[in-house]
Amino acid sequence: MTQVNRLGGGQIDTGRTLSFRFDGKTFQGHPGDTLASALLANGVRLMGRSFKYHRPRGVLTAGSEEPNALVELRTGARQEPNTRATTAELFDGLQAASQNRFPSLKFDALAINDRFSNFLTAGFYYKTFMWPAAFWEKLYEPIIRKAAGLGSLSLQDDPDEYDKGFLHCDLLIIGAGPSGLAAALTAGRSGARVILADEDFAFGGRLNAETFSIGDADATDWVARTLAELQSMPNVRCMIRTTVIGAFDHGIYGAVERVSDHLPEPMPGKPRQILWRLYAKRTLLCAGAIERPIAFENNDRPGIMLAAAMRSYANRWAVTAAQKVAVFTNNDDGHRTAVDLIAKGVKVAAVIDPRPDAPRLADCELLAGAQVIDTQGRLGLKFIKVKLGDGSERTIECGALGVSGGWNPNVHMTCHQRGRPVWNADIAAFVPGKDGPAGLSVAGAAAGDFSTHSALRTGAAQAASALDGIGLSASPADMPEAEDAPVNLQPFWYVKHGKGRAWLDQQNDVTVKDVKLAHQENFRSVEHLKRYTTLGMATDQGKTSNMGGLAIMAELAGKSIPEVGTTIFRPPYTPVSMGVLGGRSRGMHFHPVRETPSHTWATEQGAVFVETGNWLRAQWFPKPGETHWRETVDREVRAVRSSVGVCDVTTLGKIDVQGTDAAPFLNRVYANAFAKLAVGKTRYGLMLREDGIAMDDGTTARLAEDHFVMTTTTANAVGVYRHLEFVRQCLCPDMDVQLISTTEAWAQYAVAGPNSRKLLQKIVDPEFDISNENFEFMACREITVCGGLRARLFRISFSGELAYEIAVPTRYGDALIRRLMSAGQEFDVVPYGTEALGVMRIEKGHAAGNELNGTTTALNLGMGRMVSKKKDSIGSTLSEREGLNQPDALALVGFKPKDNSAQVTSGGHLMSMGTPVDASHNQGYVTSACYSPILESSIGIGFLKDGSNRMGESLRLVSPLTDSEVEVEVVSAHFVDPEGDRLRV
Amino acid sequence: MRYSGLRVIKEALTGHKGWKPAWRDPEPKPSYDYVIIGGGGHGLATAYYLAKQFGKTRIAVIEKGWIGGGNVGRNTTIIRSNYLLDGNEPFYEFSLKLWEGLEQELNYNAMVSQRGILNLIHSDPQRDAFVRRGNAMILNGADAALLSADQVRAEYPFLNFNDARFPIKGGLAQRRGGTVRHDAVAWGYARGADSHGVDIIQNCEVTGFRIENGVCKGVETSRGFIGATKVAACVAGSSGRLMAKAEMRLPIESHVLQAFVSEGLKPVIPGVITYGAGHFYCSQSDKGGLVFGGDLDGYNSYAQRGNLPVVEDVVESGMSMIPALGRARLLRMWGGIMDMSMDGSPIIDRTHIDGLYFNGGWCYGGFKATPASGFAYAHLLATDTPHDTATAYRFDRFRRGYMIDEKGMGAQPNLH
Amino acid sequence: MIINHPLLGPRDSQEFTYLGDAALIDRPDWQAEDAVDQFHDYLYLRDNPAGIHRELWFHETGDRSWLVVTRDTTTHEITSVELARDVARARGRSK
Repeated sequence: MTQVNRLGGGQIDTGRTLSFRFDGKTFQGHPGDTLASALLANGVRLMGRSFKYHRPRGVLTAGSEEPNALVELRTGARQEPNTRATTAELFDGLQAASQNRFPSLKFDALAINDRFSNFLTAGFYYKTFMWPAAFWEKLYEPIIRKAAGLGSLSLQDDPDEYDKGFLHCDLLIIGAGPSGLAAALTAGRSGARVILADEDFAFGGRLNAETFSIGDADATDWVARTLAELQSMPNVRCMIRTTVIGAFDHGIYGAVERVSDHLPEPMPGKPRQILWRLYAKRTLLCAGAIERPIAFENNDRPGIMLAAAMRSYANRWAVTAAQKVAVFTNNDDGHRTAVDLIAKGVKVAAVIDPRPDAPRLADCELLAGAQVIDTQGRLGLKFIKVKLGDGSERTIECGALGVSGGWNPNVHMTCHQRGRPVWNADIAAFVPGKDGPAGLSVAGAAAGDFSTHSALRTGAAQAASALDGIGLSASPADMPEAEDAPVNLQPFWYVKHGKGRAWLDQQNDVTVKDVKLAHQENFRSVEHLKRYTTLGMATDQGKTSNMGGLAIMAELAGKSIPEVGTTIFRPPYTPVSMGVLGGRSRGMHFHPVRETPSHTWATEQGAVFVETGNWLRAQWFPKPGETHWRETVDREVRAVRSSVGVCDVTTLGKIDVQGTDAAPFLNRVYANAFAKLAVGKTRYGLMLREDGIAMDDGTTARLAEDHFVMTTTTANAVGVYRHLEFVRQCLCPDMDVQLISTTEAWAQYAVAGPNSRKLLQKIVDPEFDISNENFEFMACREITVCGGLRARLFRISFSGELAYEIAVPTRYGDALIRRLMSAGQEFDVVPYGTEALGVMRIEKGHAAGNELNGTTTALNLGMGRMVSKKKDSIGSTLSEREGLNQPDALALVGFKPKDNSAQVTSGGHLMSMGTPVDASHNQGYVTSACYSPILESSIGIGFLKDGSNRMGESLRLVSPLTDSEVEVEVVSAHFVDPEGDRLRV
Repeated sequence: MRYSGLRVIKEALTGHKGWKPAWRDPEPKPSYDYVIIGGGGHGLATAYYLAKQFGKTRIAVIEKGWIGGGNVGRNTTIIRSNYLLDGNEPFYEFSLKLWEGLEQELNYNAMVSQRGILNLIHSDPQRDAFVRRGNAMILNGADAALLSADQVRAEYPFLNFNDARFPIKGGLAQRRGGTVRHDAVAWGYARGADSHGVDIIQNCEVTGFRIENGVCKGVETSRGFIGATKVAACVAGSSGRLMAKAEMRLPIESHVLQAFVSEGLKPVIPGVITYGAGHFYCSQSDKGGLVFGGDLDGYNSYAQRGNLPVVEDVVESGMSMIPALGRARLLRMWGGIMDMSMDGSPIIDRTHIDGLYFNGGWCYGGFKATPASGFAYAHLLATDTPHDTATAYRFDRFRRGYMIDEKGMGAQPNLH
Repeated sequence: MIINHPLLGPRDSQEFTYLGDAALIDRPDWQAEDAVDQFHDYLYLRDNPAGIHRELWFHETGDRSWLVVTRDTTTHEITSVELARDVARARGRSK
């Protein structure tokens, strides 16, 4: 028998034995165990080390509020630091390791900190480590960082998958203890849609941990019966292992379902966890209460735990931490621990109760009016020292001590929208205030109704009342009689005896002394106390420690507890894995991929793709033998400029504008005039933001009197559409104009180069004359191609060559590119990618994203005169401001290196010759640069102060970041064909 | 009282009886020369420099709650001076230099830790923009370094170099960037200001301004009228609420920004790292928690809390950048009220009301600005001229068309 | 948050994109004497109330209507949702 501390009974399956390892040693447990209960059963009390002093620690609790027993669960890429042993379900083959210790849990070198604890008090680090200044990063901080932290991340990619889901209900019930179950019965029987969620792996809450009867049955039988009924109702969803993590606006709750954490690894195809977004019309919080400890000297030894946890281990898991235990309680409920453990055959040495008139409720020695003043046992409790009512002291041998300072209603969720709990003196605890999240009510122990009897009744009643609020009628389910003990408690927060340390926050090692020091140094508000001492900042977020700190601060300040402040909580209720919050949006699935209709074809051609927002675009098309991307791009550019090339421009935003007011509408949104654009013509448009800064540009074609097709840049397609709808609906609601985004409805290709017309003439149906005379530069027309396929043809050019863009319905995009390529064979047509496109637009001096960077004006872009002053257009008025019209305003110009072999750096800054190189002498910057195979030189465009009047000037282009400097000459940005002759042939 | 390692040892050996309050809790006087509204980082720093640097006396900081309870107590602790525009970069570089000497200046260890900040690059246009910015930083006397993808990988091998939707193509680093223990900044300035005679008055809420003939004479507070020759508003996210009491409308909206911390972990991330393909930035505190954040929730809010969509969005980016984060747990989340200005840059200026000054519009970048903001505001208050590095932070820049728009987003605060 | 769309019923706020104060509907007259000043106040100054706020949301992934949502910025409670087009007309905007 290795499970030396295993008792009889409990909700574990002793018929099956599970094997697990902790710190390399093999142990046995049973289904239904947690890692903590199984370790206790095996006589292991030491499970961790504290954060600062590396004090030996065991379990304090039996739930998710555990501060001490944190382990690294699993190994390899699934290693999961800081996992609470108290909630980790045992499975066969489980591996866990203790953390924050070196070299081993029993012999931790950093336990030396404990010897120097007097020097390491609250906030000591703010007062030292300041000299010499450079030592902080070099010496002090690395030591501190290395020592700090708890468990370790493996740093391997998380191999598990996570899902996200959405659920809707009339009533969400958080917690499936007596009040939650009663509420679920009430709501379920009424036919309402109910979600019942509980973080535990068994429904029942405290009923699993007590020996109560409900009616004439064991409480656990009642739970089983109730569950069976709930699970038979199609309108009730019972969600086990599901923690509601936060209350968000308008009845939306986040919840995490741990689908696979109780298994060695997720079943194939199953996620590890699911993040649920729960949309609840009403919510009932039935989260119970959390017991609070009493602080006394050396109250942190392994074996010292909350009294109710000790009871849980005995009743639910059939485990005791030691064969001989004691109980220290200021309230009647704590005595139950003694009663239950005695019933399980454990020896209870004494019940110590500071109340002089404490009732004798258990069949063991009662030390009324007594306090535990110290303990002994380095790696586990051996003795407690008790000061009796008469002042004498006595040492009692015991291996475990259950401590109860009363219970705090679990108000967590009621604070998530900054609601404040209110003080209830009857139970000496905070209860939910009235300013909690809208639609949320509270029942049972969470509301301060501690008895099972009232939990059942308030659960049923609150459920009915919540449903009534949404027009559903339900009558509270009839509840049998149950335990109805009154709360009998005398507030008692800490033992004043002694000069040693008494712990409040066990994980962060915050002691009563630290609170006193904080008070002495004027860190007296709750927020200052918390931040200065780190009280309540550990992974348990102060669930068992905040109240104690607050009570002590109140005493020091001579105020009542509610006068000092309240303890509030932020989401999440318990820590949430990052994996589940990320869901499947990671790796290649971070964002969806948008592919153009030619994607398959481009892949076949060996295209290299580049991310452009969510689009993937062909960047260039390498040919066999080409060893460098520049070789490819240069070839593509030369081919276009000498014959013809085709580029997929589908990603450009396309907006269909129709209606009798379409023309005046475009006149409003474009800075330049559009009203008089002739049907069958296309015009370049510059769109400003209302602040007069350039927002976007593109061409808009007039297909009919009341029908325009607008193009936008790829990057701004969504934003421009939104803006147009704003103008339409909010500023010009009576205009007869309709908009629709057709970006993905049309596949569009640029066909550019001197032979582009010849190529197109091979596929455009013969009834459409696209000769230069009958389809001139900037013409547009609806045509058919390839024998009847409808298409749109625009004679526009980004490259500066004779060029067209042709659009066909998306489903024909793949066919069209293939047809263009085969028809173009006789012209040696090439496909070209975004890089060649970019080179040619720089050669031509066309602005793109780098120039339309959200700070540049029409004036900067050399289009100042396009902004019409004769009409009301967005941005026109504010573009008149002084700061946007400086005499030496930046102007878009070109740059050529003096030395053809030198490289123009995009992002470099411009300095006049002979001036110092610093920010105050900055003359401008280069926005885009490339190698021009036509000019056989690196070239760039960018913004230069008063640039249009500085042609021919020599400047220094400096880029200290890339350690480069070249001398450049200011030239026109139109490097190629500045007169535009090639466009019109 | 001077803090030092020696003092810590001495006090440890004598029962810690000698520690004095870090600042006093004086009753408000009937009047002061300077009343600074807002006991956050900026307000306390202003008071400190006004007293220490400019030799002014009769100074009060009044705070409606507890000092350090606003954004200085709820941020992601990052300091950096990696700005592009001339209106900003010299100011933030001045701030970074003040940070570098802060602990010795204040005799308070705020744990200024220059472990570096790295902005990841995922596309060519992004690299162009970062090169321009890095050059602007260097030309303004700051430091910057351009890293290749391989160099990034050498420093951060656990970033996603396997199946990233937006592959990492490099990074822009500022080695002098880093983090500071945020609460300690408020406490250090409070202690420093207090020791120079500044009255720090907590739980004192301004209920109105007393303005006579266009001159501000003082403030009405929950603890009575307090007269002042100069009243200096410095309340960040509450700017709109406060200045409405002087019937001013501001070029500012208040938005919620959420921030997050994970459970404590053994050291993983040495410096600050920002994702370039989504909204995520992360560092690791000395205690071991990963401190991270992302985008604004996006709507006007004073609620100091946010909603799930942004939480998910931030962590999705985090998981995309560091796939190993999946096994770490988010411990706590909180929201701060950001005073988002119309161009993403702050205002330190006089108002049209004589004797009433304004400091605000810090967006989500106020923490790193704390020392320079305090210094520049103190300069303005003491001399009625702007500090050299803060000449652009004027109210009238919008009317005159001199916006300082780092991101080029225009007059939409939630996009800055 | 949930926005109760006047045509489409309750929708998650994730379907929407936020712009700002609904006063952006009241775009000034470009021909006014002091048009630049008026546009400055219109575009740059905000009431930014801590309390009831009328604001513009765009149903980006829905029917693409602009809505005026009345929401409390301290509690996020939404008390009314209207079509911005109706609001704009009611405020005298036409073409």
